[in-house]
Amino acid sequence: MVRFENVGMRYGAGPEILRDITLHLEPGSFHFLTGSSGAGKSSLLKLMYLAERPSRGLISLFDRDIATLPRREMPGVRRRIGVVFQDFRLIDHLSAFDNAALPLRVAGVDENQVKEHVTELLSWVGLGDFLAAKPPTLSGGQQQRVAIARAVIRRPNLLLADEPTGNVDEELALRLMRLFEELNKLGTTLVIATHNQGLVGRFDHPLLHLENGELHTERARARSLG
Amino acid sequence: MILRARLDLPLDRDGSVRFLPWIVALMVYLAGLALAGTLVVRDAAMRWDRGLTGTLTVELPAAAGGRNDGAVERALKLLRGTPGVTRADAFDARRTAELLEPWLGKDIDAEDLPLPRLIDVETEPRAGVDLAALGERLAAEVPGARVDDHRRWLDRVLRTALAIEIVAVMVVALVGLAAVLAVIFATRTGLAVHHGIVEVLHLIGARDGYIARQFEWHALRLGIKGGIAGLALAILTLIGIATAATRVGTLEDAVRVLPALSAPASEWALLLLLPVVAGLVAMLTARITVLRALKRLP
Repeated sequence: MVRFENVGMRYGAGPEILRDITLHLEPGSFHFLTGSSGAGKSSLLKLMYLAERPSRGLISLFDRDIATLPRREMPGVRRRIGVVFQDFRLIDHLSAFDNAALPLRVAGVDENQVKEHVTELLSWVGLGDFLAAKPPTLSGGQQQRVAIARAVIRRPNLLLADEPTGNVDEELALRLMRLFEELNKLGTTLVIATHNQGLVGRFDHPLLHLENGELHTERARARSLG
Repeated sequence: MILRARLDLPLDRDGSVRFLPWIVALMVYLAGLALAGTLVVRDAAMRWDRGLTGTLTVELPAAAGGRNDGAVERALKLLRGTPGVTRADAFDARRTAELLEPWLGKDIDAEDLPLPRLIDVETEPRAGVDLAALGERLAAEVPGARVDDHRRWLDRVLRTALAIEIVAVMVVALVGLAAVLAVIFATRTGLAVHHGIVEVLHLIGARDGYIARQFEWHALRLGIKGGIAGLALAILTLIGIATAATRVGTLEDAVRVLPALSAPASEWALLLLLPVVAGLVAMLTARITVLRALKRLP
């Protein structure tokens, strides 16, 4: 599903912020990505959702080497990845409905299906009464739920979330985690970057821990208990 | 797809591209005038060419002392007996006076002046009259006789018309280039302003064509809008010139030399295509600009 071999990454001529990252994520796996601020969590996710290219090493997604992937095939790969951005990156002039519908529309899905799926999902995340609301009129938590809806609307094969529960209360955070677990049961591979150690401790998922640009793996519960 | 594409990027709200229709309007206005000038000059040249093909003017030297030396009659006899000549008529005193009227006024007696005598000749164009041989035979019959088939004058006129056409085409090309540069600038500004949205669309799997369509649709609308305004101004200007040319006496004379705005309606219809062409050029330019910019994204 996701394979990194000795991957290094630097921005421009700056220092290497990810070093010798080697990881294999099996299809249907669920990982938490942790690390202190500046450890490189967002950069690692950016490599996974193809927003950045590595400065060295090999990355393959869905058994395709991205370095040799023709440009015309990149959108197809990206459509298999759902991303919850840390800063949400919602489009301000579009309604919550249109924001969540974007992945379906860029893929050319029939408008009737778009309406049905988006309405159902936004209702599920508690935004059924805010379909027409523009992001600037929504609270941080509501914006986050729209961002999550946009990321999962196409039932992606790989879901990457950067602090997806950072702006919601404990109850909603657990509810969103249940959504992620449901998606995981349906076969979606998940990587969730979070600072929330309490949340990490509640679930028995492997941990990818970044420290000084290097990756360590361990079981979440063991780390939490330890 | 186009209607949907309009939703994703708020290009209509960009202050940075509001100038674009005005620039396109100015470009289409200039292109419209240049094109109109080309059409008029080309039409005039073609009409002169058609009008003078198959006509000759034979010029006989002035008769000594104004007496009739029989030269005109001899020349007419020779011309009318020449195969391929369909008509040969001497200019009488009245027609000669009419020709001289702009320079010498109305009250002249052409017979009192030592003027060359002219014979108006029509030939069958397909008969291929040998003008050199005809000229030699006429000179033998009437010493000093000269045949003028207007070719030299007409060639000069046609060369001038061609030069005007080339200049007009260059004006249209430069105007088009300026419009293209304006669209490139506006599109790049739009890309910079909406970089965040473009990146999100890119990352969620939008194809480059999907993103480019939003810019090209917007550019098409702005281009056509500006084009219609520019064309309207150009038409008003041309109507103004035409009206002035027919109302002002001095221009009436000029119109005889530089004909009025007369060209076939089908050619004038070309002007109506200018807004569409402006819109399509803007659309294509925006598309290429966006596609090139998107190639820089990972």
